[in-house]
Amino acid sequence: MIKTLLRCLVLVAVPALCAPAIAAEPAAPHPGEKVYREVCQACHMANAKGAEGAGRITALAGNSNLAYPEYPISIVTGGKGAMPWFRGQLSDQQIADVIGYVRTHFGNKYKGKVTAAMVVENGAPVQLRDER
Amino acid sequence: MALIDTGVQAPTRRELLHAIGVMGGASLLYQAMESMGHAAESQFKGPPNLQGARPGASVLVLGAGLAGMLAAIELRKAGYKVEILEYNNRPGGRNWSLYGGDTYTELGGAVQQVGFAKGNYLNPGAWRIPYHHRTILHYCKAFGVALEPFMQLNHQALVHNSKAFGGKPQRYRELAADWDGNVAELLAKAIDNKGLDSELRAEDRDRLKEALRDWGLLDKNMRYSKGLRSSRRRGYDRPLGGGVDAEPIASTPFAFGDLLDARIGGIVAQHMENQHQTTMFQPVGGMGMIGKAFGKQVEGLIRYGAKVTKIDQSGGAVTATYTDIASGETRTAKADYCVCTIPLGILSQIEVDASPGLLAAIAAVPYSNSVKVGLEMKTRFWEDDEAIYGGISYTDQPIAQISYPSGGLHSAGPGVILGAYTFGPASYKFAGMAPEERVRTALEMGAVFHPGRYKEQFSNGVAVAWSRVPFTLGCCAQWNEATRKEHYQTLCAVDDRIVLAGEHASYVGCWMEGALLSSLDAITRLHTRALEA
Repeated sequence: MIKTLLRCLVLVAVPALCAPAIAAEPAAPHPGEKVYREVCQACHMANAKGAEGAGRITALAGNSNLAYPEYPISIVTGGKGAMPWFRGQLSDQQIADVIGYVRTHFGNKYKGKVTAAMVVENGAPVQLRDER
Repeated sequence: MALIDTGVQAPTRRELLHAIGVMGGASLLYQAMESMGHAAESQFKGPPNLQGARPGASVLVLGAGLAGMLAAIELRKAGYKVEILEYNNRPGGRNWSLYGGDTYTELGGAVQQVGFAKGNYLNPGAWRIPYHHRTILHYCKAFGVALEPFMQLNHQALVHNSKAFGGKPQRYRELAADWDGNVAELLAKAIDNKGLDSELRAEDRDRLKEALRDWGLLDKNMRYSKGLRSSRRRGYDRPLGGGVDAEPIASTPFAFGDLLDARIGGIVAQHMENQHQTTMFQPVGGMGMIGKAFGKQVEGLIRYGAKVTKIDQSGGAVTATYTDIASGETRTAKADYCVCTIPLGILSQIEVDASPGLLAAIAAVPYSNSVKVGLEMKTRFWEDDEAIYGGISYTDQPIAQISYPSGGLHSAGPGVILGAYTFGPASYKFAGMAPEERVRTALEMGAVFHPGRYKEQFSNGVAVAWSRVPFTLGCCAQWNEATRKEHYQTLCAVDDRIVLAGEHASYVGCWMEGALLSSLDAITRLHTRALEA
């Protein structure tokens, strides 16, 4: 938690560090877009609004749990409920990219770049998906 | 793995079993076979025959899939008053067929109207039954579900690998024959090169070579070569006929390197798994026939369209709170005990009054994903043109395989091909597409097997992505060694008045057999608990 706060303070205090990432070529697709489309949207939907049946698929659109990257990193690497873990299936860079993508799209406007190093630091260790 | 024996002439198993059979009769023979590891292909010991429920005792069953309905059937026989709550408006759960005229709405809201001709179907979930799944076979017979053979292995089906044979699909028969032939030849060479001298005695080396000659159809020089001998298995360029041109012409085996490129070893292994061995079955008219037959047994006991939101077990009873989907009303159902078969991904989102250990177990198991696509073709061209009757053609494309219908073989008229059965990353890729895009993509990829026919004969399709199935949020429970060790026993244990059942509470995961075995075991333990109370 302290680590999280420190990172925030750093990001707030040194906006210049974030600027290059935000000012990327507008035409180039976000590196996380493909991962979102080919993996996440199978459940969370193309509009990231999730869905509800007998159970619920979390909406990622306008989701305040994405404010700090640590939380989505723990979910994507460690899984939650029906959602399997994706560490080992996706590279740490892909995980960082897609979390960065979701945090800056679908009505989310969270600042701060998500890096593979952050996935290494905060992610759950690789687990096997032995059966099925 | 040395084959050198110890010189002791022990009786063979068969000799021993024969002697026991003669002396002790069939039941002793069976016992002996069981203790020797034979006849132990199933843990099914027959219906549980539970008896003597306390007067007035009741059980609430959550979920009208096969596990839930079997629990209801057997507990009612034991004397319990039973009620079932089910989210869907039909019995069966993942035992399910989509027929022409059906409407299916997936999570996210996409609606598909199934346009299949009468009698045709797609089995989105379970689709085949191994011969050793004795529980499902027992209840199919008991409930009058007609079965027919399911063609798993078809030598005439195709194998496609984009990195082999210039991307041209080849017959399984030719590839498998050449695989065995080449491996036999290599092994024979290894023997001749003294590569197996440390493993085998001279006489066993000779016997193995003799066996390799038969197994691999090797010629007199112990080579797998072009000729009528190898063609007997892989097929001929001109097959045996009658009259003047009757003489066959041999076909040419593939180069071994091409077989390795096609990864034929892995395809051959698919069919070798015990779960895929001969004989396999399917219900006549679609897998959903089983769910319907079970549903008939519990007619009047199921409350459909009930979405469970809370399970409480305080005050000496189990109370489930649910939303009646049709009216939107919140209601409750109460009983002395509860068999809960709700898939774990959904159950983990429901407020459950249970021990921390059980709650942790429920939350610990993620669900796999898979996509199945049904493609209806105007004619059964794979039968008419290519003599493919049922079976599976494999590809390294994301659709993984296509399967030809095992029902209605050699009939006229439209047939439904299973156009995709995806695994791993491909499942997510496919599930993320809109249903019509899944159908279009499956059609495009599957066309590699039957160019000029596949797309041309296509009439309509339907696609089910399990991650978007409203009543499961996934395909099957995905255990691993670590989660099994930490949570499995806790997941299965009776938790005060509640016991869980379903494929997720079994080691036969993702099979109907697992759901049923789990159910029988769970209700047997729950009944014991109820009598001890």
